[in-house]
Amino acid sequence: MNKKISIRMSGLGGQGVVTAAHILGSAATEEGKNSTVNPFFGAEKRLAPAESYVRISDETIHERGEILFPDIIMIFHPHVITLGKCYTMPFFEGLQKDGIIIVNSDEPLMLQKDDLEKLAELNAKLYYIPATQLAIDVGGTDLSTNMSMLGGLLGVTKVVSYDALRDALAERFGGGKFVASATTAALDDALKGKYEKVAQLIEKNMEVVEQASKFVTEYKY
Amino acid sequence: MMIQQQVVDAEYMLLQAEREKTFITGSEAVAEAVKRANVDMAVAYPITPQSESMHLIGELYAKGYLKDYYRGENEFAVMASIHGASLGGGRVFTATSGPGTLRAMEMFPVWAGSRQPIVCAFMCRGVSLPPSIQPENIEMSMLLDTGMLMFHAETAQDFFDMILKAYVIAEQPEVHLPVGVFADGFLVTHTRDQVKLPPENLKLPAYDPGCAPVPVFDMETPPMRITRDPLLNKSNFISYAANASWHQEILAAADRARKHIDRYLGGLLEVVNPNAKIFIVASGTAVSQSREALRHLEKEGIEAGLIKIKSIRPFPESELVKATANADLIVVPEFNAGGWLAREIKAVLDHNSRVVSGPRVFGGMTLPPELIAKEIKQRLYGGVNHVE
Repeated sequence: MNKKISIRMSGLGGQGVVTAAHILGSAATEEGKNSTVNPFFGAEKRLAPAESYVRISDETIHERGEILFPDIIMIFHPHVITLGKCYTMPFFEGLQKDGIIIVNSDEPLMLQKDDLEKLAELNAKLYYIPATQLAIDVGGTDLSTNMSMLGGLLGVTKVVSYDALRDALAERFGGGKFVASATTAALDDALKGKYEKVAQLIEKNMEVVEQASKFVTEYKY
Repeated sequence: MMIQQQVVDAEYMLLQAEREKTFITGSEAVAEAVKRANVDMAVAYPITPQSESMHLIGELYAKGYLKDYYRGENEFAVMASIHGASLGGGRVFTATSGPGTLRAMEMFPVWAGSRQPIVCAFMCRGVSLPPSIQPENIEMSMLLDTGMLMFHAETAQDFFDMILKAYVIAEQPEVHLPVGVFADGFLVTHTRDQVKLPPENLKLPAYDPGCAPVPVFDMETPPMRITRDPLLNKSNFISYAANASWHQEILAAADRARKHIDRYLGGLLEVVNPNAKIFIVASGTAVSQSREALRHLEKEGIEAGLIKIKSIRPFPESELVKATANADLIVVPEFNAGGWLAREIKAVLDHNSRVVSGPRVFGGMTLPPELIAKEIKQRLYGGVNHVE
């Protein structure tokens, strides 16, 4: 990958778009790439529009702030499109030619005809994934929606490897000091309990990621 | 728990120590700087986008890195108590943002007037109505004449380095002034980026209040209240003369900081492509956007340079005059509605019709590199009506 990849994640406050971006950016840096990650949200909290932007490149990245011309757009909730809960209208504004859109929805949304025409002009690939349902079924909580969205992303394009994503998850939830099971044996019981929890959390989330990558379907229009 | 730290001299910490790559936010970088700065005390009052950094410094206190930390009643109280702690001989830190900066305004000239080497971080945000928590650095224009030194960080790396270096510069006996280290909120504080850090088991030497050019408050020996009363204006000539000369001394002290800024920050400004005839001059995040704009322009065969202003106070007058001596066009992109940086630049350059004040964004808008490149192309090819 020699070009810069810009990913815009649009969702609702509480869905974990900031954490998903953080984990993806960390995974990219684990692989020796450059990445910057930044969120954008207002003073409102849950269910208000929240976006985050991930830039990944082999070159140094200077630019920061909102991504106006994304290669990939990840929509974490249908309301981003149907209720316009995002900072850009229409939701695919700025999408680059041959771009990718991944939408969290159990079934294809009724998009407007002219929107679909514009997407066809861009030769955009549109994917749907029941990310929240997968998070509940596999991870046991809708809090893993952001993980199934990342799974959906990896199912469509390998921006980062599964191993790098696992390392990034471990860093995020293990506070950077997470150690694999071989070392946990040496820790006392209390600590071990804590580390086991973290290990379970990571495994559960990776399961969500891996399952989700199989459940992303391309919409033919 | 706190890790054992070893005191090293500033030269080693700032310029020589081997650094490790991390992937952290600007807020985390602030805490990493404070952790290595041997800070005695911090006082916090939350405001977005500053809250996270002062929260993290609270965690440093809980681990034992700081001797005292608490939450003040409001920003004015915070800045006043930090002043007191500094008068008492402590090395102090605090931070605020936008409306918090304005609420505390009275204290900033007081810090400078009593020559306290306080380091305060400002995570700049909107201050106007309709309210905005988004990045905007108009508050910097309101602090230009408070007597504080002002550094403007471009990235989380800058924010880390400038805070740590601010202590070393502020505490030089011939300087001994407060330093505000500014960063554009969210674009630096909430952005995760690569930051290179010296080892966390190193810290700066403790502050020596004996280095102050004014007597330190001695809290141990009675009478404890030895105030600097001559500065309070009485109705006599000596008193007015003392006050006036003290103002001059504060400005002179800021001037004397220049060589230390050169030494530790590598200059008050940085020039990219010094032979260019077209320059973008910027500070803070606008510099990052401009670096990207240079890439856009280069692809189109337009040669342009970039001047990053790191120190806003003192302002790099002579450096700027020299760097732009052969420039035909100077574009100044900013994250505020007022255009204060363009005014500062226009005030020091001859033929200042060369200076284009803008493009500017505010109210939470992003500053696309394309917009900066377009401004230059319009001036070159087609005037304001130029359409691509």
